[in-house]
Amino acid sequence: MSHLATAFSIAAAYLREKRLATALNVLLLGLGVGTIIALVLLLAQAEDRMERDSAGIDLVIGAKGSPMQLILSSVFQVDIPTGNILAADAAPIISSPMVKRAVPLALGDSYKGFRIVGTSKDYLHLYQGKVAGGRLWEKPLEAVLGADAARATGLGVGAEFVGTHGLAESGGSEHGDHPYIVVGVLASSGTVMDRLILTDLASVWELHEHTAPPAMVSKASTPPSIPPNQSTTKAEKHQHADKAGKKHDHAHDEKPISAGKVDEHEHEEDEKREVTAYLIQYATPLAAVSFPRTVNATSAMQAASPALESARLFQLVGVGVTALKGFAVVMMVCAGLGIFIGLMNALDERRADLALLRVLGASPTVVVLSTLLQGAILGMLGVILGVMMGHAAAEWIGQTYAASQRLAIGGRVWISQEWWIISGALLLALVASLMPAWRAYRDATPELLAAK
Amino acid sequence: MSTLVFTQDVACRYGGGASTQPMIALPNVTVSQGSHTLLLGPSGSGKTTLINCIAGLQGVLSGRVEVAGANIVSMSARERDQLRGTKIGMVMQRLHLISAMTIRANLQLAQRLVGNSVDNPLIERLAQALDIVDKLDRYPRQLSQGEAQRVAIARALVNKPALLLADEPTSALDDKSCAAAISLLLDQAALHGATLIVATHDDRIKSRFAHVVLLGAA
Repeated sequence: MSHLATAFSIAAAYLREKRLATALNVLLLGLGVGTIIALVLLLAQAEDRMERDSAGIDLVIGAKGSPMQLILSSVFQVDIPTGNILAADAAPIISSPMVKRAVPLALGDSYKGFRIVGTSKDYLHLYQGKVAGGRLWEKPLEAVLGADAARATGLGVGAEFVGTHGLAESGGSEHGDHPYIVVGVLASSGTVMDRLILTDLASVWELHEHTAPPAMVSKASTPPSIPPNQSTTKAEKHQHADKAGKKHDHAHDEKPISAGKVDEHEHEEDEKREVTAYLIQYATPLAAVSFPRTVNATSAMQAASPALESARLFQLVGVGVTALKGFAVVMMVCAGLGIFIGLMNALDERRADLALLRVLGASPTVVVLSTLLQGAILGMLGVILGVMMGHAAAEWIGQTYAASQRLAIGGRVWISQEWWIISGALLLALVASLMPAWRAYRDATPELLAAK
Repeated sequence: MSTLVFTQDVACRYGGGASTQPMIALPNVTVSQGSHTLLLGPSGSGKTTLINCIAGLQGVLSGRVEVAGANIVSMSARERDQLRGTKIGMVMQRLHLISAMTIRANLQLAQRLVGNSVDNPLIERLAQALDIVDKLDRYPRQLSQGEAQRVAIARALVNKPALLLADEPTSALDDKSCAAAISLLLDQAALHGATLIVATHDDRIKSRFAHVVLLGAA
């Protein structure tokens, strides 16, 4: 232990003496480590977030267009929708025995950048949503806020707000005559739902009776017409029954049924209903083989798989990420080379010093340790700087870019992969100091001083 | 008085023992504990080689070198390092202070390298005696040659050695500084009860030593 302390004091003194070289080596290593950590943090969070957001969703059915756009807009809520579809067209598809659950989504409006999503209560079941305050919507123009949306907008139960056309933060015209009332706030679920404002499908229909926001314009140019109680599950069927005068306790975990099984008298209205997409859960894994193909081949709609599109997205992004990671690794290797060259040069300058240590009674262990520790200290400082820079960069990206905000990514997390990066960087610094340490061991003989 | 240093029929090579260097036979020397001995000889007479042999810094081809009763020739390198660290203090011709450390850190390091705990009061006392108290927190590059030499003497004494070896401590000094440096060495050796061996070609200090060993043509 005393050997280590003595060697550390020598190593620290040598590094202090070469402040500029030390700072540059630390900075270079820090940049490499920081870049990799930022990339890994952002990717891991995005992947994790996407995995959670798409959990339980086997397929998305929506308007024809880019399948990735459909997934991004309907599942992850980060892109504009491909258009709308007629609920009536979708009815025979979602009533297929292969469909266990079909959750409708109607997009088009937002409030302060947070999307207002008309849906059924099954959407909450999809993400195990729990009400933190208030209750769920019971009638049109009642809204329930996701945890992040409530926090950011400052709206609480009882507050009123007016949605705007469009999905951007600086949205279009306001629906001034149709204010929403907040009836509930959801507990944080760590999913896309946290950043949404949920309401009944009927709310969206009511607002767009006279105007059609971008996402509500059907490709078939059918006027939007979404009746109040569009329902795809048993729970919502009960809601309809409530309207008819019967009292029911709403058990929100009731087993869903398909949208095609709604009451007959709604049929005519169904013909005109529009939704942006349906989030489909298969009744059987075998459905994955034929169901999407059937939808794509036999209807004017498209079916897109979140798993496939996410994989495709990461494959596309992966090229750039791999290039950036490669660049960061090159930086780290350069830092390792810098440490190696710095230590070797320092050894040439300090041969007499090292010999002196032996003359003063130091063991070869102290001499070797003092050299290894210089590499280790540089590695440690580089890693600390890199971790700080990596997390700061991830946080900055998370704060700065709207898309990342929607994915809720940032730098205030720690992931296990970081330990590997840290270990790699420390190992690199240690390897870089191995040969100098060996030379120190070989050259630092007291005889060297005797020869001078 | 008991014998502290004893050399007999020592043969080694000049300049650290490289095989290309010529061999040299060194005189037999016996130094009593507490005495002050001068090894006087011209350049090339082997006085530095003899000092290095006694300190265990020089490979010995044959003969016997004993310090405090232990034969250095038969010791391992590590044992020689330990003996040197604990029993011997050296003031080398080139002072070799570690430039990256302050004077205080240089002195503390000398204590720690041999496994001693840092004795700051001793360092302060030595610095006081050698008039370098105000230099303790400076770096070697900030000292004059004379100050650096006093630091080297302090470092040689900081582990309370039984034997103090000094190689050409006055060669670069003027008469006044030369006299002061030798006084300092003699006083400090006496103060700490250390045996002093000084190797030099400098005749100016001959009169200060009762025991003088002449080497080579000197």
